[in-house]
Amino acid sequence: MNGLDLMASRPARALRIAIHNQVLFTLLIVASAAVASSGFVSIAPNRLVSGTPLPLWEAAGGLPSLGIAILGSMLLSACCIAPSRALHYAAAASAALLLLLALIAAGHAATALVVNAKPGSRISFGASFWLLAGCASLALADAMQRLAAGIGARLVLAIAIVSAVLWLAITGTFDALSIAREYETRRQVFTGALLQHMALVGASVGGAVVIGFPLGIAVARRPRLQGPVFAFLNLLQTIPSIALFGLLIVPLSALVAAAPWLAAFGIAGIGVTPAIIALVLYALLPVVRNTSAGLTGVDRAAIEAGRGMGLSRGQIFWQLELPLASPVLLAGLRIVIVQAIGLAVVAALIGAGGLGTFVFEGLGQYAVDLVLLGALPAIFLALGADFLLQLAAALLRRRFAT
Amino acid sequence: MIEIDRVTKRYGERLVVDRLSLTIPAGGFCVLLGSSGSGKSTTLRMVNRLTAIDSGSIRVGGEDVRGVPAEVLRRRIGYAIQSIGLFPHWTVEDNIATVPRLLRWPQPRMRDRVAELLELLRLDPETYRRKYPHQLSGGEQQRVGVARALAADPELLLMDEPFGAVDPITRDALQGELLRIYRATAKTIVFVTHDIEEALRLATQIAILHEGRIAQYGSPLEILERPANDFVSEFVSRQGLGLKLLSVRRIADRMRAGETADGKPLLVDTALRDALSVMITRRTERLPVCDADGRHLGVITLADLVR
Repeated sequence: MNGLDLMASRPARALRIAIHNQVLFTLLIVASAAVASSGFVSIAPNRLVSGTPLPLWEAAGGLPSLGIAILGSMLLSACCIAPSRALHYAAAASAALLLLLALIAAGHAATALVVNAKPGSRISFGASFWLLAGCASLALADAMQRLAAGIGARLVLAIAIVSAVLWLAITGTFDALSIAREYETRRQVFTGALLQHMALVGASVGGAVVIGFPLGIAVARRPRLQGPVFAFLNLLQTIPSIALFGLLIVPLSALVAAAPWLAAFGIAGIGVTPAIIALVLYALLPVVRNTSAGLTGVDRAAIEAGRGMGLSRGQIFWQLELPLASPVLLAGLRIVIVQAIGLAVVAALIGAGGLGTFVFEGLGQYAVDLVLLGALPAIFLALGADFLLQLAAALLRRRFAT
Repeated sequence: MIEIDRVTKRYGERLVVDRLSLTIPAGGFCVLLGSSGSGKSTTLRMVNRLTAIDSGSIRVGGEDVRGVPAEVLRRRIGYAIQSIGLFPHWTVEDNIATVPRLLRWPQPRMRDRVAELLELLRLDPETYRRKYPHQLSGGEQQRVGVARALAADPELLLMDEPFGAVDPITRDALQGELLRIYRATAKTIVFVTHDIEEALRLATQIAILHEGRIAQYGSPLEILERPANDFVSEFVSRQGLGLKLLSVRRIADRMRAGETADGKPLLVDTALRDALSVMITRRTERLPVCDADGRHLGVITLADLVR
């Protein structure tokens, strides 16, 4: 399939350029339009006012701009060449380089600008940086898709990009950017908030598994339970998270007032207790649904044969049902972890701590970079968890190829 | 020997097996034959207690099946089903070794047994041992299913329409393999089917079930020649009774000893139906007959077939 043909010239011997990769082509158009029309970084005299956008060539100077332009045109020509594995590899490499170059350009731009700027001024990523980095990431994902890259190749790529970005960060490339400034002033509390966030997610996912897994088994064994259980869990999902966090404060405070010894265990109306309870409640539906779907999806003939050959109920569960349901169980775990990482941000509202602290602090001060300091790590945490669980699922599939 | 004594099973209001009694001699190949809903599968499943017995008793080798724990009983009895039910996450080797592993056989003994069984089912051990079920054809999967049922060398084998889901050519081959294994190992086999041709080919005894009771129990020939009641005669003569009779009788029954004829001789234990087929393709009414060693025995003629 040739996609759309662009007629370069109408006359008799038309030069026909075929766009083979329309996804990449669209991404490049979006990225070029963004770079041409909006700021790559923005500079503001202080963190409260919105900044002045500076275009790429003005902010980053000639060399990085030229590099980005060259990589962009390489990708553009890749759209027009008949697809092959070598081409997809080249596209993947160009997209990865483009992503890194955008980061380096933004870092260098900030470093150059900060020299002449007043103390206290803020240099942040601009709209065209985000769009360029986003389009480069999507182009990279598209190339990996077209390569039908296995989980191993994706792992290597992820490690390579993460270590490159970490190396850039450690060597000070981003130090002049305001997000790094925000990090610098909160260095003491950042690691604690990150760990607190992970602890919230771990405790709530653990709790949801401990409650939801047996419940899912019960639902799979007794289909009559399905209606009421799922009706209740669905109802829980419809409660807005902020409302649920708030709603839990009242009964928990009353409980602690009635039984003061509970406070010794750290139970309180606000803080971690209501946050974990709410996160567990939200996580229950995916855990129960996937456990029950995974178990009921196991081939009945295999269970019947197992019974006929004298496997006990426990042996059938541990040796047949559980391993055969594990891909679906793992998919459920993936949903729950990614969901909990996002929801735990909101939990900061009721004093549970975590990365949400920065987000709400930033919102209160109208400091976008501080919001990003909370939001970006949460996003990368979710992406990382998602990736690791995909890796586990792929390893399982290889083991239990069905 | 299996003694089924006035066994009854109901599902709610529905009487599925109704005071059914049946004695299967050790070493017999008994086919439970009937249409769906006749109670044949339920009867089979009560032997290894996959289905609970409501009343009556079943004894295997003189011992009441309810006298031992169900799991112990089932590990002593081979079991194969139509949907095969291979464990998709285990290799062929692990699947076959299911019962030996439950019985805690030592590793080398299990390995040897798997190789032996794969060879018995005409699957090359080195090729198939490490494969997963999804890498096998339907016929190969059912071979592995039969091997798994035979793994711990049970004296009794229960088979619930095992070849019902494979294509006719594969089914024919699998029936041949099963007969060969049956003759070589002297096991007792109880086999459920609704296919009368399959029953006639495999069985030493056929029990025809109708509405949870035995309509007739006897050898294939008895069933065809002397149906006990209208139901049986209707059931067996539904298509081509004459050809069915020819398929259970052997040349040995009708041979004219001492006479001679031209052409390639047929083996003396060939079914008359196959002899008729050869006469038609060779356009002759007389065929020579020999024994397994190729010694001439006599002839079979077209007239002998209709005697």
